Amino acid sequence: MTSPGESFPLTRISVVAAARSQDATERSRALDALFAAYWKPIYKYLRLKYAQAPQDAQDITQGFFAELLERELLSRFDPAKSRLRTYLRVCADSFALNEIKAASRKKRGGEITHVALDFSGAEDELRAQTIDPAAIPSPESLEEFFEKEWIRSLFSSTVEELKSFCETRGKQQAFALFESYDLDGEENLSYSDLAVRNGLSVTDVNNHIAWARREFRRIAMDRLHALCGSEEEFSREAKTLFGESLK
Amino acid sequence: MKFLSDRALDRLRGSSVPDLSGTRYELRELVARGGMGVVYAAEDAKLNRRVALKILDAAGASEELTARLIREARILAQLEHPGIVPVHDVGTLPDGRVFYTMKFVEGLRLDKYLEQITSLPQRLRLFLRICDAVAFAHARGVLHRDLKPANVMVGSFGEVLVMDWGLAKILQESNPAESQETVFLPSNSASPGNKSTKSTVVTGHGTVLGTPGYMSPEQARGQVESISERSDIFSLGALLKFVTADDSPEKNQALPRPLRAICGKAMAERPDGRYANVNDLAADVSRFLDGLPISAYSENIFEKLGRFYQRHQVAILLITAYLVMRFLVLYFFHR
Repeated sequence: MTSPGESFPLTRISVVAAARSQDATERSRALDALFAAYWKPIYKYLRLKYAQAPQDAQDITQGFFAELLERELLSRFDPAKSRLRTYLRVCADSFALNEIKAASRKKRGGEITHVALDFSGAEDELRAQTIDPAAIPSPESLEEFFEKEWIRSLFSSTVEELKSFCETRGKQQAFALFESYDLDGEENLSYSDLAVRNGLSVTDVNNHIAWARREFRRIAMDRLHALCGSEEEFSREAKTLFGESLK
Repeated sequence: MKFLSDRALDRLRGSSVPDLSGTRYELRELVARGGMGVVYAAEDAKLNRRVALKILDAAGASEELTARLIREARILAQLEHPGIVPVHDVGTLPDGRVFYTMKFVEGLRLDKYLEQITSLPQRLRLFLRICDAVAFAHARGVLHRDLKPANVMVGSFGEVLVMDWGLAKILQESNPAESQETVFLPSNSASPGNKSTKSTVVTGHGTVLGTPGYMSPEQARGQVESISERSDIFSLGALLKFVTADDSPEKNQALPRPLRAICGKAMAERPDGRYANVNDLAADVSRFLDGLPISAYSENIFEKLGRFYQRHQVAILLITAYLVMRFLVLYFFHR
């Protein structure tokens, strides 16, 4: 079983290309990576948009990925026409509407059981986010929500990989400082505070965090590259990911 | 897997940009990145105006560079002049990095601006405004030490601003760190005409001290004790050469000899061969503009006559026309 946090891009080829491969192992690994990156955003999106009960949303999510596999929907994806993220969201919408209309959901899974889908964790996250579906009624808001959840999913797995990377490199302190400053988000925490707490100089704290941020960005870009259908899409997504916070 | 809050996402997405929370500023776009720091456009939420915010790069925010940035802000604060970008505020970010804000100059860098200006007198008048700002700084005991086209901005109303005082030196100030031997790092961008110059001279402590092509020989040799107003005058000479060099087809004639002489004197190898101060340099350029003799160049009789003609062209033509008419009248009257 593949953990959702495990990194796919061993070969650095696009997950879309790998999913279309004739090699079953390659295809299976690619689909696992795709599910790992997208199941949670899609689950949360369906929960909010269609106000489905958790169990129903879980079935639809699993059913959608099974459909993706069975009907080879990825082979129809054209990177020149849309982003993979948008394509998957539109496919999920279409699938969910049909399923809800038919009201005939059944347990499905197929090859996607390779990925452990932690739906209860996703539910906890939804509760922690205290999102009121009524507060985001417009399709645009839901698209933004889906995009944000996709970024959250990508960054969460990136953080996991960064943590493992830091452990193998003996950089646990750098990760701990990065976690305290960037992830835990304590109000008004300064580098000076961290320096005092950890018995380091401010310059050391600065250097550790700067290193961890660089590595975070590198890993995130690697993962993003693998999840895009083309270089153009990668370029656009990279800009969205790291360029739009400067508005 | 760790759940990342919205705040954490924002921080991670902007991890390459400074976190301005807790300050009165909101970050906008990246404006410029230099050897020492980065300049961003920011919005002053209290005064509702756009400012430029200069901050050190995260990875390089050493104590030495922090001290240099604070020093730069303090020097700028002393130099209240229309030709020098005014500093507004100094502060510290949550990550401990020091920043300062200054006027956001909307305009063009000198090299870009000159692409629109082909008239030599206009270019020289622009150069004189740079001289005004540098002369003012010298009068306050401050040397710029990194004058080059990239450090001059021309605003949307034609105002000229001398920027980036990061390498400035206060003449009466003794700085032990700067008395270290300076090592020159060869650069491909060593020509004054090269528009993409970078400050590439460093001391043994990694302190940037000038830009090849615009930096005086004594700066390049690391003779810190010899650096004076005349070192900036060398840079102004290189800048004058750049300003008067015109690539446009209609202006491909050679630079007038007096102007070449001014550049030559400003850029003399030995400091005592240069102008004594910026005002003398500016005076020569002004006299050239007015068609007057300049101190840097001895004219021969023909050049004097040529200049006399240029300066009094209208009067000479009127007198000549009068004499011709008079001659014609007398000629026909006595026929």
